[in-house]
Amino acid sequence: MKKLTTLRILDIVTLVALLGATAMVFFYAPIERVMGAVQKVFYFHVASGWVGMLSFLFAAIAGILYLIKKTKIWDLVGVAAVEIGIIFIFITIVTGSIWARPIWNTWWTWDPRLTTATIMELVYIAYIMLRQGIDDPERRSRFGAVYAIVGFISVPLTFFSIRIFRTIHPVVIAGSDPSAVGTFDMIPSMFQTMMVSIVGFSILFIDLVWHRIRLGKLANQVEELKFNIQD
Amino acid sequence: MKLIQKGGIKVQPKTSFFKAMFAVVWKDLIAELRGKELISAMLVFALLVIFIFNFALELDPKTRSALTAGILWVTIIFAGNLGLNRSMAVEKDRGCLDGLLLAPVDRTAIYFGKSIANWIFMLIVAMIVLPIYSILYNTNIISPALLLVILLGSEGYVAIGTLLASMAVQARTRDILLPILLFPVILPVLIASVKASSGILSGFPFSDLQTWFNLLIVYDIIFTSVAFMVFDSVVEE
Repeated sequence: MKKLTTLRILDIVTLVALLGATAMVFFYAPIERVMGAVQKVFYFHVASGWVGMLSFLFAAIAGILYLIKKTKIWDLVGVAAVEIGIIFIFITIVTGSIWARPIWNTWWTWDPRLTTATIMELVYIAYIMLRQGIDDPERRSRFGAVYAIVGFISVPLTFFSIRIFRTIHPVVIAGSDPSAVGTFDMIPSMFQTMMVSIVGFSILFIDLVWHRIRLGKLANQVEELKFNIQD
Repeated sequence: MKLIQKGGIKVQPKTSFFKAMFAVVWKDLIAELRGKELISAMLVFALLVIFIFNFALELDPKTRSALTAGILWVTIIFAGNLGLNRSMAVEKDRGCLDGLLLAPVDRTAIYFGKSIANWIFMLIVAMIVLPIYSILYNTNIISPALLLVILLGSEGYVAIGTLLASMAVQARTRDILLPILLFPVILPVLIASVKASSGILSGFPFSDLQTWFNLLIVYDIIFTSVAFMVFDSVVEE
């Protein structure tokens, strides 16, 4: 299977977008007055969190479509989305900790968002473990789809349950809680940088999903070829 | 049973949903009554968990009052996990699951039958653990409100648990897989149950805990209906 020209172009676009976002974070966005340079973590933190959520949404939709249509492609999309989501939520948690150390004076608190993000990570690691435990490919896809749906429904409920307690995580977009620590008002250049980061990461997401689907297809071909040789 | 002529083949009419469901429940209860494998294992395990907590946390009266709800729920959840794993593994190992699936009944009836049986087992264990806990620590923790929380909480737990257990038993790594699949997903039910229970044990009025009860009911409905919708794809071959 040859690599498509569109995919090649997308690779380059992704690279440019990410370099652009990085440049904006370092040179365009101002240094926040109270928090200093560490606040710049925020741009990639939000962007990777966004991509992580998007991936898990994709995985759930792919799961539903797989259960309805039973076509292999939706399974590939599901796995691709989950694997990418795990990485990006991990990036979100790590960048968050880096920011929290100086601002909250701790790497970790049992705040709803932090806890939910980590539970979400565990749900999708369980998804990977479930798939690894099943040998029959058709059953693996089916169970994966079911678990992606169940997990995606459970995560917001977890968030909601913990949310009933007070949170100290800052809400920068739409509304602010006076008890939140580390809140700041975004000036236009900050907002622009954040949006560019989000768009850049979204392009990266599409690029990665595409690559992962291609990889999945190639893996299936290899499996078929191996099967033919055995005959 | 009356036979219906259908395309030249004589087929039996489908057993009604509830009849099939109660047949599955009944089968599990009878099997348990004769073997007493599941409940005895769950019960001994539950008592051991309480004893381990006693030594691990040094439960003097002061710390204990804050921890009772948590200890109870961890005990119930762990024992329940044991029961769920076993109840599906028995079906799988002896080929009973295939037999059940071949039966001309709605497959969701099998799901609900298994869930209700598991639910009953969990409730029996809880009903024995509660008085024992009360005796061991010389406090009466049994109250109608707490029983209601246990009823609602364990329903949500078995609803998703039965679904995931029927997936886990079909995997190579089934012994370790169920808790890993189940615990992160069941967290909302656990949080609401623990919060409601600890509120009841601290003597808060029912109106203060209304939110948690409502949440529990909502979670039960959501989890049961999701499991109900996807169960067919878990058992189809």
